[in-house]
Amino acid sequence: MTTVVAILAETWSEIRVHKLRVILSLVGVFLAVFGMTSIAAAGDIGRQLVAESSERSGGRPATVMVQAYPLFSGPDNEVISTAMREVVERYDIRWSSLVLDEEIIANFPGQSERVSVRSVDPAFGIMHRLLLEHGRWFTPADVQRYAPALVVSPSFLERLGGFDPNRPPTVRLGGDSPVLATVIGVLADDDFGSPFAYLVNDSDSGWTAGSNPYGQPPMLEMWVPPEQVDQVMAAVTGDLLLTLPGHDVFAQRADAGDQLAQLDLVLNYGVRGVGYFALLLGGVGVLNVGMVVVGQRIREIGVRRSFGATSGRVFLTILLESVCATAVAGALAIGCAIALVLNLPYEQILSVPIEDLPPFPLKAAVEGFLAATAVGALAGLIPAIVAVQAKVIDAIRY
Amino acid sequence: MTFIRLAGVGRTVALPDGNQLEILTDINLEIERGEHIAVVGRSGSGKSTLLNIIGLLDSPTTGVYGLDGQPTDAFSARARARLRGATFGFVFQQFNLLPRRSATENVAAPLLYASGGQVWGRRAAAREMLERVGLGQRMDYLPERLSGGEQQRVAIARSMVRKPTVLLADEPTGALDVDTGSTVMDMLQHVVTEFGTTLVTITHDLSVAARADRQFRLDHGVLSGLSAADLPSVTAQRSGS
Repeated sequence: MTTVVAILAETWSEIRVHKLRVILSLVGVFLAVFGMTSIAAAGDIGRQLVAESSERSGGRPATVMVQAYPLFSGPDNEVISTAMREVVERYDIRWSSLVLDEEIIANFPGQSERVSVRSVDPAFGIMHRLLLEHGRWFTPADVQRYAPALVVSPSFLERLGGFDPNRPPTVRLGGDSPVLATVIGVLADDDFGSPFAYLVNDSDSGWTAGSNPYGQPPMLEMWVPPEQVDQVMAAVTGDLLLTLPGHDVFAQRADAGDQLAQLDLVLNYGVRGVGYFALLLGGVGVLNVGMVVVGQRIREIGVRRSFGATSGRVFLTILLESVCATAVAGALAIGCAIALVLNLPYEQILSVPIEDLPPFPLKAAVEGFLAATAVGALAGLIPAIVAVQAKVIDAIRY
Repeated sequence: MTFIRLAGVGRTVALPDGNQLEILTDINLEIERGEHIAVVGRSGSGKSTLLNIIGLLDSPTTGVYGLDGQPTDAFSARARARLRGATFGFVFQQFNLLPRRSATENVAAPLLYASGGQVWGRRAAAREMLERVGLGQRMDYLPERLSGGEQQRVAIARSMVRKPTVLLADEPTGALDVDTGSTVMDMLQHVVTEFGTTLVTITHDLSVAARADRQFRLDHGVLSGLSAADLPSVTAQRSGS
């Protein structure tokens, strides 16, 4: 124990005395670890952005989309919807939504315009990680409203002149039975570029939402555990084929799935590979400075041998100097990387909203720290061997 | 029992041309505990090599070196290093203080290679030793800010901080002027006497050698006794000290 303390005290003393050359030699290691961990963390955030963006369109992993098409006639949406809801209930699927795309006439101040609307269940917002700029998303209570609730795109809101939560804007929707709808929320994204609105399913009691120009029947989306995707698709398809005779039923995965795995591969191996290479270059810098300094410290090493320092002790001290210094540089670099990554205004920089900012990747931090320490050990090895091989008498006379 | 015993010790080194250079020849020397001996000789006579052998920094190529009754050639390199640290203190002509460390840090440095309480109490021990050599006001000074005499006093404090059995002084006054050298030697003798330390001084200065109990001459690697006739100033020097 005492020996360990003595070695550490000696190492610290050496680092303190030679702090300038230590700092200079560690710039490369610091930058390499900083770059490595920052890019890994930024990569995680980038991945999250891509994932969230992907989930907003295709749903979270794993989202299964099921469609049923009549083979010999036009779609009967009521029949298809009922069959789909029965399937959801039968298999107790917690997160699901019927989705129907339609068009409707919206009477904006001064003009009427055909706008796209999508009827969904309240669960759709969670399933697609939809972000709102104002107001709120649908709740089951909205199904019971007499006047339909709308969640609209920013373009839609622009036509109405703005959002006041105390006096939510209203818009008269056309159709056979026009109705005054209330805007309860505004999307953060304007992915569509033109006015667009979400309606909650089954809220159209007494009025018809709109026309269905695409001739598309409703489709069913289900958010299920990825490992159950195949099972769910087979079961739901089989059941719908039985309950909807004369229909063809398709089921497929709607979320990005394997595409994100490809991105992970690039982030994991590409970014880390570059980081390790940079770290290796930093290590060469440490080695160079270490070799020069050992040459300058030969007399000091000789004096320490006269104090009774064994060759093992001299070796360990020189090695530890390098290891401790690179470990400190690594820790500082990780600290700076954390400070940078957690304080960057991503939404302003990228102009893309992010819902769940991922935490700083602990794995990248630990990996960076261990890599820096290992580089220190490798870079300290050769100077330590040179120091041990110095003849004591020559060293003192040097 | 004789503490240091050299019997027929020789030291040769191989030259680049393949020949052997004989530095020490058939050295026979016995030193008792607490004794003060001096070895005088010209540059290149082998004085430092002899000191290095005694201090376990070097090994003889022939003969036997016994330390406290144990032949030193039986010791491993690790054991020699530990024994060196525990038994010997070194004072060098060029002081060899560790640069950019304060006087206290320099004196405490050998205690990092000691064990137990000596490691933990190294700073206090260093300060106490600096007080003893009269540098209580210079404890935090870097070597660069100390005079030559003060640096050598720091070196003496450093060599004595582990309370070694033997102090090996290689030209301790070689880099100092006469007055400062005399003061340093007074202080050195005072400290070793206080601790009962054996003192082996290598010097080319007869007045320094005259302070020792016994004097030897080393000439071309051959050790011989030095008579009082060779040291006209011994009586005056010793009575004056």
